[in-house]
Amino acid sequence: MAATQVRSEMLAPRKAPDRRTGLVGWLRANLFSSPLNSLVTLALAALLVRLIWPFLEWALFNANFLGESREACSSGGACWVYISARFETIIYGFYPPELRWRVNIVFVLLALVIAWLAIPRMPFKKWGALCALIPFPIAAFLLLHGGYFGITTVPTRDWGGLMLTITIALLAMVGSLPLGIMLALGRRSTMPFVRGVCVLFIEFWRGVPLITVLFMASVMLPLFTPSGFDLDKLLRALIGIMLFWSAYMAEAVRSGLQAIPSGQSEAASALGLGYWHRMILVVLPQALKLVIPGIVNTFIVLFMDTSLVLIIGLFDFLAVIRSGLNDPEWLGYAIEGYVFAALVYWIFCSSMSRYSQYIERRLHTGH
Amino acid sequence: MSEASAQSEQPMVSMKRLNKWYGDFHVLRDIDLEVAKGERIVVCGPSGSGKSTLIRCINHLEEHQQGEITVNGITMTQDIKRIEQIRRNVGMVFQHFNLFPHLTVLENCCLSQVWVQKKPRRDAEKSAMEYLERVRIANQAHKYPGQLSGGQQQRVAIARALCMRPEVMLFDEPTSALDPEMIKEVLDVMIELAQEGMTMLCVTHEMGFARTVADRVIFMDEGQIVEEAPPETLFNDPQSPRTQEFLSQILGH
Ligand SMILES: Nc1ncnc2c1ncn2[C@@H]1O[C@H](COP(=O)(O)OP(=O)(O)OP(=O)(O)O)[C@@H](O)[C@H]1O
Ligand SMILES: [Mg+2]
Repeated sequence: MAATQVRSEMLAPRKAPDRRTGLVGWLRANLFSSPLNSLVTLALAALLVRLIWPFLEWALFNANFLGESREACSSGGACWVYISARFETIIYGFYPPELRWRVNIVFVLLALVIAWLAIPRMPFKKWGALCALIPFPIAAFLLLHGGYFGITTVPTRDWGGLMLTITIALLAMVGSLPLGIMLALGRRSTMPFVRGVCVLFIEFWRGVPLITVLFMASVMLPLFTPSGFDLDKLLRALIGIMLFWSAYMAEAVRSGLQAIPSGQSEAASALGLGYWHRMILVVLPQALKLVIPGIVNTFIVLFMDTSLVLIIGLFDFLAVIRSGLNDPEWLGYAIEGYVFAALVYWIFCSSMSRYSQYIERRLHTGH
Repeated sequence: MSEASAQSEQPMVSMKRLNKWYGDFHVLRDIDLEVAKGERIVVCGPSGSGKSTLIRCINHLEEHQQGEITVNGITMTQDIKRIEQIRRNVGMVFQHFNLFPHLTVLENCCLSQVWVQKKPRRDAEKSAMEYLERVRIANQAHKYPGQLSGGQQQRVAIARALCMRPEVMLFDEPTSALDPEMIKEVLDVMIELAQEGMTMLCVTHEMGFARTVADRVIFMDEGQIVEEAPPETLFNDPQSPRTQEFLSQILGH
C-alpha cells in the first residue's frame, strides 16, 4: 500500500546552479578527470609539442621573411622570401603592374559588398543585394577588363594569381547556386518535360569530371563554334565550371526540398499562393536553411577545384606559386610554396565554413 | 441588390456526382453535397473512409476525376487561375497545423494578405492582429510557431486562414493531434466562429462540438455518404447499420 502524500506548500522557482567553473574546473573536468585521463592528456601534450615545435621553429623562429632573392635566406629555416619577393605576381598574375590599382579597387569594393551583405546588423540589405547584383559586377568588369569608356583593356590572358582564383570562384558560386536551385525545382516539377530536361542535365554534368569539362571548354568548343565567334577562354572555362557545379548544387538543394513536409506547400496553396510564391516564400527558405552545410561544402570544394584551370593554361593562385618552382633562381622552395598555398586556401575555406555555422545558428527558430 | 438575394440562394459549396480514384482505388464515390451559406457541417466516419480527401477536393489540394465542384459560384476547372480564385474563398485548417516555422506568428498571418491580396504590410499586420486577438493569442504574435504549444499553434492556424476573409472554412481533424487539455481552447474558437455565421465543413470526431454547432452531420464510409442528418437525429437515432456500428465504437467505450 502506498502512503498518501500531499504537498502543503508549493515550491518557489529557484535559480539554476552556476555552471561556470573557471579554467581549473574546466581542466579538471575535461582533461584530468581520472589518473588514466591525466596520463593520456600528458602523453598527448608531449607528442603535440614534439610535433609542433620543430614546425614552428622552421616556419617562424628560424625563418627569413624579407629580401629580394634566395641570398636573403641564410638562417636555415623557411624561406618566406620565396613568397614575399613574388608576392605581387601571386596576387595579380601578369596583370600590368601600372594598372594593378584597378584590381585593388575591385578588392575593396568586393570587401564592402560582402560586409554589407554578410553582417546582419548592416541596414538596407535589399539595396546591398541590388548593388551586389548590378552595379558591382559592371564596375568590376570595367575595372578588371576595361575596354569601354577609354579604359585600357587588360585581356583575360594577363589575369592571374589570387585575383583570378577569386574571380573564378566567386562567379562560379554566384552562378551555380541560382541555377542549381532552378534545376532542383525542375527536377521535382510535375511537368514531365521540365523534369526530364533537368534530370538529363544534372546527370550529364555529374557524370563527367571537371578536368574533362575544362578541356572540352578550352579545346573542343572552339572547333565547333563558327570562326569569328570567338568566346574568351576564361569565359568558356567559367561557363563550364558554373554548369558543372550547378548540378551538384541542384542535388544539395533537392535533398533540402525533399525534407520539407508536403503540408507546408499544401498550407501555402490553401492560402491561395501560386507556385513561385509557395517556393520562394515558404519552401525554399526552409529547404535552403537545411542544406546550408551541403551548399557550403560544395562552395569549398568548388573553391579548391578552381586550381584545375591550370590545365587549360590559366594561371591561378596555385599555378603562379608552382611556376616559381621551375625558376632556376628559386629551386628547392617547394615546401614554402605549398605551405603558403595551403594556408591561404585554408583561410578562405574555413571562413566560409565558420560563417555558415554562424548563419545556421542565427536562422534557428526553435522547432 | 438583386444579386445578393440570388447569391444567398445559391449554395456556398456544391458537389455533383464527385468521383475520385487513387490509381485503381475508388476513394470518393458519387458524392453529392450542398452546403448553404452559413451552414455548419460535421463530417465523420471511420479512418480511411475518404473524409480528408473529400474536403481537400474543395480547394483542389486533391484533384477529382469526375463530377463538378462549385464554390461561391465559381466552378472548378483545370485552370490554375480559377483554382487560385477558389482558394482565396476557402480557408483551411490542418490536423498538423502546417504553420510556416521560419516565419513568426504575425508573418504567418500576413503572408497571403501581402502576396495574394497585395495589401500594404501595415494594413495586413493590423488585420492579422485583429484575428490573433480573436483567437486570444495576440500576445504571442512575435514568437515563432516552434515556441508555441499545439493548441496555440492550431489557433494561429485558424487566424491565418481567417486573415484571407474566406467565405468557407474547412477543418481536417483540427483537434486530433492535440493533447486533451488543449482541445477545448481550439474548439471554443471554432464554436465562436460558427456562432458568427461562418460556413464551415469540419471533419472531426468531437461529438460534443457536433451537437453544439452542426446543422448537419455527414457520416461517410468507403468513400460515400452513408447517412446525413441533424446531429441529434444522427447520434440518437442512426438509421444505417454502419452508422450504428461506428457510433457504438466511438461513443461506447
Ligand atoms: N496519396 C494517396 N495515394 C493513394 N492512396 C491514398 C492517398 N491518400 C489517401 N489514400 C487512401 O485513400 C483513402 C482515404 O483517405 P483519407 O485520408 O481521405 O481518409 P480519412 O477518412 O481522412 O481517414 P483518417 O480518419 O485516417 O484521416 C485511404 O484508404 C488512404 O489509404
Ligand atoms: Mg483524414
